[in-house]
Amino acid sequence: MVPLDHVIALSAILFTIGVIGVATRRNIIVILMSIELMLNAVNLAFVGFNRIWSGSEGAVAIDGHVFVLMVITVAAAEVAVGLGILLSMFRNRDSVNVEEVNLLKW
Amino acid sequence: MVNDGVESDLLRWIPLLPLLAATFHGVMIGVLRRQLPPLGTAAISCGAVGVSFVLSCLALGDLLELPDNSHFLLDDVYTWIGAGIGSSAFSAELAFRLDPLSAVMILVVTGVGFLIHVYSVGYMADDHREDKGFQRFFCYLNLFTFSMLMLVLGDNLVLMFLGWEGVGLCSYLLIGFWYSDRWNAYCGSKAFIVNRIGDFGFLIGLLLLFSALAKTGHPAISFAGIQEHFDGIVGMTVAVPSWMPFAPEWQLVNLIGLCFFVGACGKSAQIPLYVWLPDAMAGPTPVSALIHAATMVTAGVYMVCRMSFLYAAAPEAAAVVAWTGAITAFAAATIALTQTDIKKVLAYSTVSQLGYMFLAAGCGGYESAIFHLGTHAFFKALLFLAAGAVILAMHHEQDMEKMGGLWSRLRFTRIVFLIGVIAIAGFPPFSGFFSKDEILVAAWSSQVPGHLWLYGIGLLTAGITAFYMFRLFFRTFLGECRAPSDLRDHAADPGGFVMNPLWVLAFFSVIAGFMGLPQVWGDVIGIEDSNSLANFLTPVLAVREAYHLEHSTERWMAFGAVAMATAGTLLAWFMYVRRPELPAALSRQFSVGYRTLVNKYYVDEFYDAVLVRPLVAISDRVLFRGIDAGLIDGIAVNGLARTIRAAAADGLKYAHSGLTQGYVFSMIVGAIVIVGYLLR
Repeated sequence: MVPLDHVIALSAILFTIGVIGVATRRNIIVILMSIELMLNAVNLAFVGFNRIWSGSEGAVAIDGHVFVLMVITVAAAEVAVGLGILLSMFRNRDSVNVEEVNLLKW
Repeated sequence: MVNDGVESDLLRWIPLLPLLAATFHGVMIGVLRRQLPPLGTAAISCGAVGVSFVLSCLALGDLLELPDNSHFLLDDVYTWIGAGIGSSAFSAELAFRLDPLSAVMILVVTGVGFLIHVYSVGYMADDHREDKGFQRFFCYLNLFTFSMLMLVLGDNLVLMFLGWEGVGLCSYLLIGFWYSDRWNAYCGSKAFIVNRIGDFGFLIGLLLLFSALAKTGHPAISFAGIQEHFDGIVGMTVAVPSWMPFAPEWQLVNLIGLCFFVGACGKSAQIPLYVWLPDAMAGPTPVSALIHAATMVTAGVYMVCRMSFLYAAAPEAAAVVAWTGAITAFAAATIALTQTDIKKVLAYSTVSQLGYMFLAAGCGGYESAIFHLGTHAFFKALLFLAAGAVILAMHHEQDMEKMGGLWSRLRFTRIVFLIGVIAIAGFPPFSGFFSKDEILVAAWSSQVPGHLWLYGIGLLTAGITAFYMFRLFFRTFLGECRAPSDLRDHAADPGGFVMNPLWVLAFFSVIAGFMGLPQVWGDVIGIEDSNSLANFLTPVLAVREAYHLEHSTERWMAFGAVAMATAGTLLAWFMYVRRPELPAALSRQFSVGYRTLVNKYYVDEFYDAVLVRPLVAISDRVLFRGIDAGLIDGIAVNGLARTIRAAAADGLKYAHSGLTQGYVFSMIVGAIVIVGYLLR
């Protein structure tokens, strides 16, 4: 069985890659992908922690799995909205570079 | 008294049908923006009210067949408002109650209402003043019928209040029906605002009654419940400041009775809140007939009779009711003497007749009040609708100075109008004679302080009533025609939709008096228990202290009333037919009195100077400009914003750079700081 440490380490690495991707890339598609990476890193951590969570009164623990399903659902909705914004942005600006979208400021 | 009603699922359909029709029309014109053809609209509206009327008759049949130990039908639909548990539980049911009192009311509302709906089809057909006017008119009319039925059928005070507010709303909507004329909109607002004052009194009375009942441990709200536990609050008193009259304590029941009566004053146009009713004549004539003569304005009388057990226990409040009614009856009748607008005369006459009803109710003659309510609904609706027929014939001219000589032109209208005039003037055997006579007998034999004065005022007012009604008739139908010749030559009776309801109403104006034939006349023609209406109503009304009146006395009183009416009629004939130059000479001779009456005792001007203008001035200068614009907008909102902007925002705003990457960076730094703090 894979020890929990490894699961957490992988989750942390994936999450960090996601954070760096969001912080450094200018392409909005890559940023969306990085956000997905972060969400899945968290999902991994949830599943990992669920394994050492014994559950109450001997029942099989599924709390972590429920959270994961929740996160996947929200992530799907978020992708739908994100891609919608992306499409309309590309139609208006002929670009997917976030630095060119800076009208909303002081 | 037995308090258990018999279940009946029929009652809920009586108010529901007009509501469905109103909703249908509302959705059609408000949401779908379509319009039904006029005949379809009319069929739905009249059909709904007509079926309601049939159901009301069926329900009356059920009511009459009840066993002796129960006297009302109850239709409990569901718990509308529920709160609390155990013995202190409170629940207001959506329940309808049909007892003799509400049975009379729903028959009047649906019966007269149906006739007026039919009349409106003819009256509103050629009216294209507003967009979608025809269907909108019937939508409001149905909504009104629904609200009025809720008011009279509701089993508890809260439901009654719902209908009470609903009829006020519909009254406002219909007075301002031709809203593109600002004056009509103003009149609608005036009616609504004056009614609010009364409604506030009603609400206070309701809450006082409820809190007093809750103190005794029975937070009842249904009429049966209130009546059952009412004895517990009869002795209660409330402390008042020493500068108030009758300090230091008032009887609670008197206070509650007065609060309810304030509500009745607003809705039923009594002094001091009567000023809206004459202006309500700005609405279409069928509205004046239905709402401002036959049904809505009688809601106050109905409410006082519904709460008769309360007024029976509160003699001071009942005396106030009686005196207010008498003074209103007299004052409104004198104003009607000099008005020249045909509808204004009828409006003041309505105020005056409502005063009669309150006079009867205050004197303990609740069944006389309801009797007069019923007969008045017939003959006043008839008079308004006949006046509407005249107005149609004169192409919306309402000033009777520009009429006259219509006797030969309006061959059918003249007959029904004359029937209405005779009925209201109180000549036997027309309906008004019996009901007015009952009221005078009630005043004569009551325990109210100054009851003989009340009788005298009532008798005098009966004479004045005959005078101004015949003045109206003579000025409109006799003498020279003062209208432009092209109008005069084309004046003719209106069509069937308008005329047929008039004939029905005229028929009932003649015979309605026999449903409550006083025993003294029953003896004359040999009928036992002739006053069937009073016998029918007795179980639900408070019992008056027994009085004994010789039948000969009663006959003399009737003779006096007829003599007064005859005198008024003859005087009107003398002044307006025989010597038409006399009124002008009299008004010059007594110019001060005449001007006072023409200007309606300057009450509107007085209210304007004492209440309206100061209120507007305070609202504008202090509340609006001082507090709202100055304090809240100026100092609190804008001042705060300006201070923060000067202190910090002018510099900090550059943090909002518009660069997504910058925001992401701040988020990451923030997350790291929070995680670092948690892991410390």
